Amino acid sequence: MKNEVAIIGVGMHPWGKWGKHFTEYGVAAARIALQDAGIPWKDIRFVSGGATIRCGYPGYVAGATFAQALGWQGAEVNTSYAACASGSQALAAARNKILSGACEVALVIGADTTPKGFLAPAGGYRPEDPDWVRFYLGITNPTYFALYARRRMDLYGDTLDDFAAVKVKNAKAGSKNPFSRYKKCFTLEEVAGSTVVADPLRLMDICATSDGAAALIVCSLEYAKKIGKSDAPRVVAISTTTPVFASGIVEMPDIATDSAAAQGIEHQSFRENLPKKAYEEAGIEPKDVDFAEVYDLSTALELDWMEDLGLASRGEAASLLRAGETSIGGKIPINASGGLASFGEAVPAQALAQICELATQLRGQAGERQIENPKVGITANQGLFGHGSTVIVAT
Amino acid sequence: MPEKLISPALDGWHTIGDNPQLLGSQCEECLTYFFPKNERECKNPNCSSTKFVEIPLSREGRIWSYTNACYQPPAPYIAGDPFEPFAIAAVELELEKLIILGQVAKGIDVDSLAVGMQVDMIIEPLHETEDEIKMIWKWHPKKI
Repeated sequence: MKNEVAIIGVGMHPWGKWGKHFTEYGVAAARIALQDAGIPWKDIRFVSGGATIRCGYPGYVAGATFAQALGWQGAEVNTSYAACASGSQALAAARNKILSGACEVALVIGADTTPKGFLAPAGGYRPEDPDWVRFYLGITNPTYFALYARRRMDLYGDTLDDFAAVKVKNAKAGSKNPFSRYKKCFTLEEVAGSTVVADPLRLMDICATSDGAAALIVCSLEYAKKIGKSDAPRVVAISTTTPVFASGIVEMPDIATDSAAAQGIEHQSFRENLPKKAYEEAGIEPKDVDFAEVYDLSTALELDWMEDLGLASRGEAASLLRAGETSIGGKIPINASGGLASFGEAVPAQALAQICELATQLRGQAGERQIENPKVGITANQGLFGHGSTVIVAT
Repeated sequence: MPEKLISPALDGWHTIGDNPQLLGSQCEECLTYFFPKNERECKNPNCSSTKFVEIPLSREGRIWSYTNACYQPPAPYIAGDPFEPFAIAAVELELEKLIILGQVAKGIDVDSLAVGMQVDMIIEPLHETEDEIKMIWKWHPKKI
C-alpha cells in the first residue's frame, strides 16, 4: 500500500496527423483529465511532463511548457525524457513527489507532433553515431521488428496469418475507441495483401507515427478519499529499470549486441527483465493480471511482449491469440485500446495513453471495448537507449 | 578512365584484403569484445578498465535472424539506380558471444536463409563515389 497513488483523472486528445503545436493537444488532454478528476487547475501542485525532442526548446521543457500554456499558477514542474518510456518516468516523478508528502495532487502529461515520412538522422559522415551507421548500411526501424518476427516464425512456428490476426484484432478494438487514429476494420486477406516492407512484415504489420496527447491526474490515497474518489484505480507499481549487461538481443539503433564473453556474464533480454521489478513491487504474479496494453510497434512484437510479461509461456503467445483469448472477451485481452496498430506512436504520450486505457477499463468506462470486470492491468513499452517501462494499475 | 580506388565504407571497422575481417576491440582486463571498437570505458559492470586492444573478429557465425529491405532506405543510405532490394542478417559469433548486423551478399534472397544457418563474412561494394568504390562487410551462406 505504501507505494500507491490514485488515478483520479484521465484525458486524451485523439491521435492523428495534423501538425499543430504539441501544446494544443496537451492542453486539451489536461483539461479533460482535470474535468474528469473534478478539481480546478490551480489545485495541481506538480506538473510532470514527458519531453518531446521534435518540437524545439518548448519540447525539452515540456512540463514547464504545459504549465505555462494552462496558465502559470506557481506549481512545481518536471520534465522527463526516456524515449518511449517518457510518460512512465514522468509518472514515477509525480509518484515520488506525492509519496514523499511534497504534494498531494499532480498532473502527468505528454504530447507530440510528428513529422511526415521517414524519421532519418542528421546528414554528413558521422560513423561515431550508431543511428547514422545503421541507416548508412540500409538498416531502418522495420529491420529490427522484422528480425524479431522472423525468429518467432523459425523458432516457434508462428505464421504470417498469426501476425495478421494481431492487426485484425487490434483494428477491431481500435475502431471502438474514440481516441484512436485508425477506425477501419481489416480482414486477414487485407493484411496479407499489403506490401512487404521488411520480410516477413508487411505495411499493415508496422505501426505509424502520430500526433496525440494523454494526461493523468494522480494524487495521494488520502486526497482521493477526501474528494470522494477512494475507489479510484491505483498505480501499484512502476518499473523503469535499465537493461542488464550483456544485452543479447540486437536493439535499435545498434549494429551489434553486447558480448557475453567475460567471466560471469550471460546474455540478458531487456524486455523480459523489465517487468520483474513491477511484479515484485506490486506483490503479484503474471497470473494475477487481467489485461495488458503492450507496445505493438509491430504485430509480432505484441506476441513477444505477452511472453516477456509472463502472460504466456515462451513460444505460446500465438496459440492464445488463435484461441481468441487475447481479444476483448478472452481470458487475457491484449491492447483492448486498439494498441499502436490503431493509434500510431506519439512517443511522449504513448506510455500515458496505455495507463489511461488501464484506468478507463478498471473504472468500467470503456464502452463497446469494455473488458468484463478487470481488477489488474499492466503496460509495457520499450524505446531507444535502454529506456522502457511497465506500470501496473489495480482497482 | 582510371580504375576506381577500393576503400572501406567505414574506416577502421573492417579490413578489405584477401581474408577480410571485422575489427573490434577487446577489454584487456575482462576480455569482453566490442563491435564497433570501444576505446573509452568497459561496459561490463564488473569491470572498470579503460584499456583495450584492437582485435579482428571471427569470420564466420550463425544467423540469429534475417530480413530484407524491400524499399529504398532513407539517407545516409546511398542507393543504386534503380534500387535493388537486399537481405539483412543478424549473425552470432560464437567465440565473441555477440551478434552483428549486416547486409547479406548481393543476389541472395531471404528464401535461401534460415535461423541457425552458418555464414561467412565477405566484402562487397556498398556504394560508389566519383573515384572510389566503398566496401562493406556482408554475410554469405557458407559454401559447403
